[in-house]
Amino acid sequence: MQEFEPKIVAFVCNWCTYAGADLTGTSRIKYSANVKIIRFPCTGRIDFMILMKAFENGADGIIVSGCHPNDCHYSTGNFHARRRWIVFRNLLNFSGIDTERIQFSWVSAAEGFKWADVVNNTVKKIREIGPYENYNKIAVSTLFKEEGATNE
Amino acid sequence: MSDLIKKVTALLNDKTINAFIGYEKGSADRIRATFIRNEDQAQKLILNASCTQNLAGYLLKHEVKKLGKLGILANVAALRSIMQLASEFQIKDGEVYVLFANADGSLTEFTDFKSIEAFLETTDTGIKSEEQEMIAKLEAMTVNERWLFWNKEFEKCIKCYACRAACPMCYCHRCTTDVNQPQWIPVASHELGNLDYHLMRAMHLAGRCVNCGECATACPMDIPLNLLTYQLISPIKATFGATAGMKADAVYALSTYKPDDKENFII
Amino acid sequence: MEKQLKILKYSDLSKLIEKFRSQGFPVLAPVRKGKVVEIEQVQSLDEIALDVLLSTQSAKKAAFPKVEKVLEYTLEKSGTKQFPVDPADYKETILFGVRPCDASGFKSLDAIFGEEPKDQFYLEKKEKSTIISFSCPVSDEYCFCTSVGGGPGNTAGSDLQFTGISKDEILVEILTEKGEKLAATFADLLTDAAKDIDKSKFLADVKVVFDVDGVVEKTTASFNNSALWLEQSLRCIGCGACAFVCPTCACFDFQDEQNTKKGVRLRLWDSCGFSLFTLHTSGHNPREVQSQRWRQRIMHKFAYMPEQLHVVGCEGCGRCSRACPVDMNIKEHLTAIGEMVKV
Repeated sequence: MQEFEPKIVAFVCNWCTYAGADLTGTSRIKYSANVKIIRFPCTGRIDFMILMKAFENGADGIIVSGCHPNDCHYSTGNFHARRRWIVFRNLLNFSGIDTERIQFSWVSAAEGFKWADVVNNTVKKIREIGPYENYNKIAVSTLFKEEGATNE
Repeated sequence: MSDLIKKVTALLNDKTINAFIGYEKGSADRIRATFIRNEDQAQKLILNASCTQNLAGYLLKHEVKKLGKLGILANVAALRSIMQLASEFQIKDGEVYVLFANADGSLTEFTDFKSIEAFLETTDTGIKSEEQEMIAKLEAMTVNERWLFWNKEFEKCIKCYACRAACPMCYCHRCTTDVNQPQWIPVASHELGNLDYHLMRAMHLAGRCVNCGECATACPMDIPLNLLTYQLISPIKATFGATAGMKADAVYALSTYKPDDKENFII
Repeated sequence: MEKQLKILKYSDLSKLIEKFRSQGFPVLAPVRKGKVVEIEQVQSLDEIALDVLLSTQSAKKAAFPKVEKVLEYTLEKSGTKQFPVDPADYKETILFGVRPCDASGFKSLDAIFGEEPKDQFYLEKKEKSTIISFSCPVSDEYCFCTSVGGGPGNTAGSDLQFTGISKDEILVEILTEKGEKLAATFADLLTDAAKDIDKSKFLADVKVVFDVDGVVEKTTASFNNSALWLEQSLRCIGCGACAFVCPTCACFDFQDEQNTKKGVRLRLWDSCGFSLFTLHTSGHNPREVQSQRWRQRIMHKFAYMPEQLHVVGCEGCGRCSRACPVDMNIKEHLTAIGEMVKV
């Protein structure tokens, strides 16, 4: 059997974590290729429904990352985001959605090493937990029949 | 003639209000909302222990608003709804005449928000003990057990949106679930569509829910939807010190922040 | 065909369900789920709640489910490839233990979906459903089937009807050829019934509360009576509970759900009670307020359907009133319309 390769989606802010991830690359630091990075203007823009969309489309884990507190390019975007995550994590946990699968972090533009660590550790954790079966069972793709079963 | 009927008749006659939202006898043993505009209609008004519906949602209904200046028979949940709606700039001070029915059947008049705030400060506004128990029971489960619990509940959902329609805080002219560019929430009431819808609704009510329970009461499929939003009340209070529907000038917990908000999960 | 009467023993009901299951028929029947009763696929008699007055939702979902896939497609460089769902693939199904109002509700749906162009998704499923209804020994204050031409022992729409005539025995009425075909598969459980059994003795007494022709006539003339509709609907909060539990409401919506490679087209229930139902892209909404939507609901059932399809779009089951979160009681509102002196 092939080893399970987790699909991780990272939602990051333009000003800190995206630049930080860039630094990881330019510094030639190797990190796991399981992550797909999506750039947002600010963590304040990352609506909770965007995270749900990732799970719906087959993500096994999610990283949400932005500027450290007090470093937000827009002054307060990450403060608002932090409140939202606190509440959203509570709701997810109560609804039976595994919050272990969502990693929140602050990664600045100077923290190339930290970004590599965040990604590697998340991939490692999700690899241990396994594919997100619960969500996969109801994901968008379940509406389609198995390949080849269509009545062409 | 009851005090309530007398009072409402007087209010209508001296034009303090044009219409009064109260309760009348409904089908079988049900009680329902009624909209009193004259003395004859006022005779239908009743008040007893079964009058529990939160009538505040009607204050924003277009056709009810058009009846003129409104009076309302409020319970604690309705008072809190009015406070929350005021804090969201949906109701102005003095716009609505509020009558509150005390447990002994006597009536208290509230003509301004200050007096409602003062009253609520000394009133029990918590959730019922059986709801608290249910939440505790769910919290004691494993994540997977909770997933299965909600999966089974949401399976019943037919997306009639009675929960949204009954909720006094769901007054958006265009709900997220009605938005189709992009289609945030699948319209279909399949497992994914139901889960998305209920999570979205709970999240949008976080810090705004006044625990009236109308969503769960309204649900024809008997889904305990109120638990989703009730569960968020105590963490929001504990973390941000905010409780919905207590002050007319309160700031919504999720539209503000403190630089030292505490969390333990961001690395 | 001529109606045949047989007797079945209560004690043989579980054998009956077993027989259906062993022949590979999915059996849909009312099942208790906490406070609600759903019509669902069952494996054995124990699961079936035969004692409930009415399931929360109607039986329409057997032929018109809340979510129904009608098409799959793939998005390829060469264009879109379509794979329509073939109605011929639907399975023969038995609808067991529903009420006469559920069975007769299919008559309205048949009329709606049977109009040109015919709706094969519905018609094929309906054609492949055999309906075994149970007549009603009891009713409640929401029931008004007798006022709209039905009744607790109404056989319209049923293929077989069961009526409890004693503690041990059920009177089986074989009403259609489909019913006869199915009855042949459990003929060993049936004995002949006496010709003179008076079924009406075992039925609930549902009073007639209004004259349906009068209501249809007055509703038809009341389009512009905005005061009437406003007065009736002030309480209405605009949810879709009434439409979704209704055995005759047939409005639907199509939605495509897709990712970058594949998609499905789904047919979903919709309700005229929603403000979104008539919202135009321009932002204009011809049914701007709830009273107009309530008018649509009543007029569709009691003016448009009688006029265009020659059926009243209501079975008098009262599900809408029971499900309504704010107690909009249709029986009461129709009675009020019937009693109007001036239209």
